[in-house]
Amino acid sequence: MSKVRYWQKDIETIGRRALEELQLKRLRSSFGRLYRHVPSFREKCRAAGVSPAAINSLRDIAHIPFTTSDDLRAGYPAGLLAVDRNRAIRLHTSSGTTGKPKAIFFSKRDIAQAAELVARCLTMTGTGSGDVLQNMMTYGLFTGALMMHYGAEKVGALVIPAGPGNTERQIALMQDFGTTAVHILPSYALYLATFMQQHGMDPKKDLSLKRAYMGAEPYSEKTRLKIEKLFGIDVYNCYGLTEMNGPGVAFECLEKNGLHLWEDNFIVEIVDPVTGQQLPEGAEGELVLTSLCREAMPVMRYRTRDITRILAGKCPCGRTHRRISRILGRSDDMIIVRGVNIFPQQIEQVLMGIRGVAQNYQIVLESLDELTIRVEIARDMFDGNIEHLLSLKSEIVEKIRSAVLVKPIVELLEPGTLPVTEGKAKRVIDKRTI
Amino acid sequence: MEKVQQISIFAENKPGRLDKVTGVLAENGINILATAIVSTNGFGVIKFMVDKCDLALEKLRAAGFTVSLSEVLAIEMKDKPGGLHEVVHILSGRGVNIENASVYVAESRKRAYLLVEVKEIEKARQKLKNSGLTFLGGESKAK
Repeated sequence: MSKVRYWQKDIETIGRRALEELQLKRLRSSFGRLYRHVPSFREKCRAAGVSPAAINSLRDIAHIPFTTSDDLRAGYPAGLLAVDRNRAIRLHTSSGTTGKPKAIFFSKRDIAQAAELVARCLTMTGTGSGDVLQNMMTYGLFTGALMMHYGAEKVGALVIPAGPGNTERQIALMQDFGTTAVHILPSYALYLATFMQQHGMDPKKDLSLKRAYMGAEPYSEKTRLKIEKLFGIDVYNCYGLTEMNGPGVAFECLEKNGLHLWEDNFIVEIVDPVTGQQLPEGAEGELVLTSLCREAMPVMRYRTRDITRILAGKCPCGRTHRRISRILGRSDDMIIVRGVNIFPQQIEQVLMGIRGVAQNYQIVLESLDELTIRVEIARDMFDGNIEHLLSLKSEIVEKIRSAVLVKPIVELLEPGTLPVTEGKAKRVIDKRTI
Repeated sequence: MEKVQQISIFAENKPGRLDKVTGVLAENGINILATAIVSTNGFGVIKFMVDKCDLALEKLRAAGFTVSLSEVLAIEMKDKPGGLHEVVHILSGRGVNIENASVYVAESRKRAYLLVEVKEIEKARQKLKNSGLTFLGGESKAK
């Protein structure tokens, strides 16, 4: 185990009591500013019977109305600014799958603060001066690449702003400049490994890579282990969203056991995705975040739609900020088959644990009571014996059935049949019209 | 005894798969000596015995197919009533189970071979020693 390093030791290891006092102070200030400056928010609070004077303890946060992505969209293009727009120096948008995007403004201080948080995350996982970080996320309206970029520069790493795609150039850059860390989508990491192998390279031997930062797309623990093995590296989960600065909201430490959520900057709640009721620590539910340090656009109790839970107990790294589990799913991604709630990640977890299954799969929904899973077989499992294929198929059916409680229809496909993308993989094809 | 090898190709049951496979073989001047297709709901395995086995394997792989190579027993059959029965009877009498079989006609009306897939080929060979069967590729009648 490498030595534990801190970027801001005092705040990262602050006592719980002092942390909660700081949270309350910042909550009152953020809430107050939003209440004074954003009329639509003030009306919502009045309707709910809550004002800044009513916030006397952290528990009182439950009285503040939620902010949904629809609320943020409704403010477009003005945004729910709590400062004069001249003080904003950056606009990012977060795309919705439907309708208008959300306009998210940043002040100079907000950008600096976002970079600070990323710097904590990178230092925590061993990246610093002397490292070469190749950033393969999209630069642009999406915050993912830019905030990581600033944080990496802050800790003194050499940053290569490669952006996504153009796999041959990515590999050339990694080899020519001795890239030690990458910020990459998990599906692209798998693609990159396959690409290298197909071109006679060994991702483990032919790169100087030490670690990868992955987020933005849900993936299972099995996939993490697979990527770690393919490249011979450590993979760290990161979590963030544009509405809360971008990446660096929560990040894994060297323990790789849950993501420390920076509680001096955010208040974390887990609620029932249907009723909105707060759930006890440890229960799985929807992550709700309140920003505490955002100047241009504070956001109260934002419904992230991400499903996770708080991991109880102290972390050996010494940080006192609580950890959340990897994102277990999106409450939007949840699929319902025969009345059972299923997250695609559960299926991925099962598939990645079965020998003979390749990296690519697809979940197809044709009706309300049928779950079809299309799986590519691994090239090296095929020995010409149809019995072995049939037993692989029934193994997949049985293991998925016991994991999600719905018996799936499994189709075995030739390797390379399913589309492989250089961006986010489309795993669920929903053909249902209801 | 010379090894007799068979190529197996994994294929989804969809139109045009067999067409593509035979296309690769034809383009490369590879002659198909025997064929068998085992299929189930959704997918199947296409099996070929060909004259240029290594070339076929290389070309099919290059074309993106999932391919494997396995050894089979090639047993001569007499072209007369009861010819197949004679061979099968000896196999069953010696406890050799046929997993899969196809026929290779070497010379029309003269010589044909039953290509037999078994689970453990070495064990099957031992069992068939001194059985009176003739195998393709030398060491003819093991007496």
